[in-house]
Amino acid sequence: MAVTEARARTLLGQRLGAAWQAVHAFFQREAVMGMTFVAPAFLILLVLVAYPFCMALYLSLTDAFVGRPGKFVGLRNFVALLQDSTFRQTLRNAFVFTGASVALKTVLGLMLALTLNQNLKCKRFFRGAVLLPWVIPSALGVLGWWWMFDSLYSVINWTLVHLGLVAPPGPNWLGRKDLAMIAVIMVNTWRGLPFFAISMLAGLVAIPQELYEAAATDGAGKLSKFWYITLPMLKPVLAIVVLFSTIFTMSNFEIVYVLTGGGPMNSTHLFATLTRQVGLESGYLGTGAAISLFLFPVLVFVVYFQLKLARRETL
Amino acid sequence: MSGIERLGQRQARRRLWRRRGRELAKYLPLVPFLIFALFPLYFMLVTSLKSDAELYDLKAVPFLIQQGIDFGHYLYLLSTPFLTWMKNSLLVSSLSTAISVCIGILAAYSLARLRFPAANSFGTGIFITYLVPTSLLFLPLSRVIHGFGLSDSKWALVLTYPTFLVPFSTWLLMGYFRTVPKEVEECAMVDGCTRLQALIRIVLPMAIPGIVCAVLFSFTLSWNEFIYALTFTSSSEELTATVGITTELIRGDIYYWGSLMAGAMLGSIPIVLVYVFFMDYYVSGLTAGAVK
Repeated sequence: MAVTEARARTLLGQRLGAAWQAVHAFFQREAVMGMTFVAPAFLILLVLVAYPFCMALYLSLTDAFVGRPGKFVGLRNFVALLQDSTFRQTLRNAFVFTGASVALKTVLGLMLALTLNQNLKCKRFFRGAVLLPWVIPSALGVLGWWWMFDSLYSVINWTLVHLGLVAPPGPNWLGRKDLAMIAVIMVNTWRGLPFFAISMLAGLVAIPQELYEAAATDGAGKLSKFWYITLPMLKPVLAIVVLFSTIFTMSNFEIVYVLTGGGPMNSTHLFATLTRQVGLESGYLGTGAAISLFLFPVLVFVVYFQLKLARRETL
Repeated sequence: MSGIERLGQRQARRRLWRRRGRELAKYLPLVPFLIFALFPLYFMLVTSLKSDAELYDLKAVPFLIQQGIDFGHYLYLLSTPFLTWMKNSLLVSSLSTAISVCIGILAAYSLARLRFPAANSFGTGIFITYLVPTSLLFLPLSRVIHGFGLSDSKWALVLTYPTFLVPFSTWLLMGYFRTVPKEVEECAMVDGCTRLQALIRIVLPMAIPGIVCAVLFSFTLSWNEFIYALTFTSSSEELTATVGITTELIRGDIYYWGSLMAGAMLGSIPIVLVYVFFMDYYVSGLTAGAVK
């Protein structure tokens, strides 16, 4: 009796062992292992990116309000938005803000990268200092700027007045439409410049020195070296950085939210801040979702060109 | 001293000055950039250390502290839930970083090394989600969070931060894993390692710089995150540092500029400390995305 039981047990053990081996072998197969490893990432992106995105699409086609399921209204939200003056202002703001910020960051970033690419002492220190605005929490850095733009105690105005450039008390930066936009662009440039400069610096370092030497023997000057070697060689990096920055500048939230709250008179609202105001604070979920979806074409544009660039690189 | 000698000396001196001038000219263009980058931070620090009397004195020079350093604004923070916000930030950032980097390691290894159906399209999918801005998703995500029963909870942040951290770390680590020679791993497997053992014992140690980089960036990104934290949490004891400082330290029309700046300083310090020690990783991580 005991013997058969023991035998049964070893038999069971063998079976289990074999089963375990089979499972083990199954997971050792490259395809199975590959998919298992990717599964957690896939699940997260499915539930927390793809699903909310589809939900945004759906919401934008309804008149949903907080706490009340909406009914289907087709494209009415989008049509209403395009006729709404606040939204049209936001659309204009988004393009002015993104265009000016990206242009400024590109030009200044290139200048800074060229300066840093010289044979400098304490290069590490300079590079580290220049990168700081990009590292610290953006919302907290913007608080500092908010204080610097204060209507009464602005340090910028204090300096301008004492240099005799403006009459006291100086401009009200965040209270005037045009100046508020300039302020927001300035802060975005402050924040994003390090990314441009350091990326371009990496691009500059990667340019082979022989090209410059060859150009020098051909009698090329500084300017023609820059125009015929530096710029063309830097083009791939430049393209990636500009594309990348376009989507993240256009979708910026905290600079406007902390500095101006979209004001004065909606003159600095961007898609993200208006989405919050309409969708969450006022509760018009459908309209809010529709506003945020205006970022989607920009995203498609950026993704398309980024993928095209990436493909060309790997080929 | 003969005239010729004197002439030679003068020439040498002139040459020296010219060289010094040229040397200086290399650094001069850096000055405006350094002022632009660092002045706001310097001014925040100065503001946070001034007494209120000097801070709101219109005749005082704003750049300097002339009436003595005052730590009052920092002490005031102790009477607010500031420490709770910092603790929340630390908890949320550490947890979401740990989760995301682990998931990222698995996904990146799989995409860089293993052949399986749909690997390429999944790689592209990861890249696309890397570019999806958080401001496109926060509105519907707030409903998903509500559905999970996590409204007004810091755990909502632990759940949602991986949505941008996983694509980022996967993308970053894929690059690092590709630099580990396949042969090393194959050797280990010929010697009797399973693939999993080869990954843990051979590939991961070789990719440590990449993993450090992914951890640093993920931690920084989650510490600095603003829009999700602002949307998904509202009660004071659930807030993270960035949101708590920007929303709760301002009351009515009176601005607590001193304590606001003190909060901003302290809220940035953990990141700045990490940054100072690991600067090179930040630079390499930053450029890994743009320059291959």
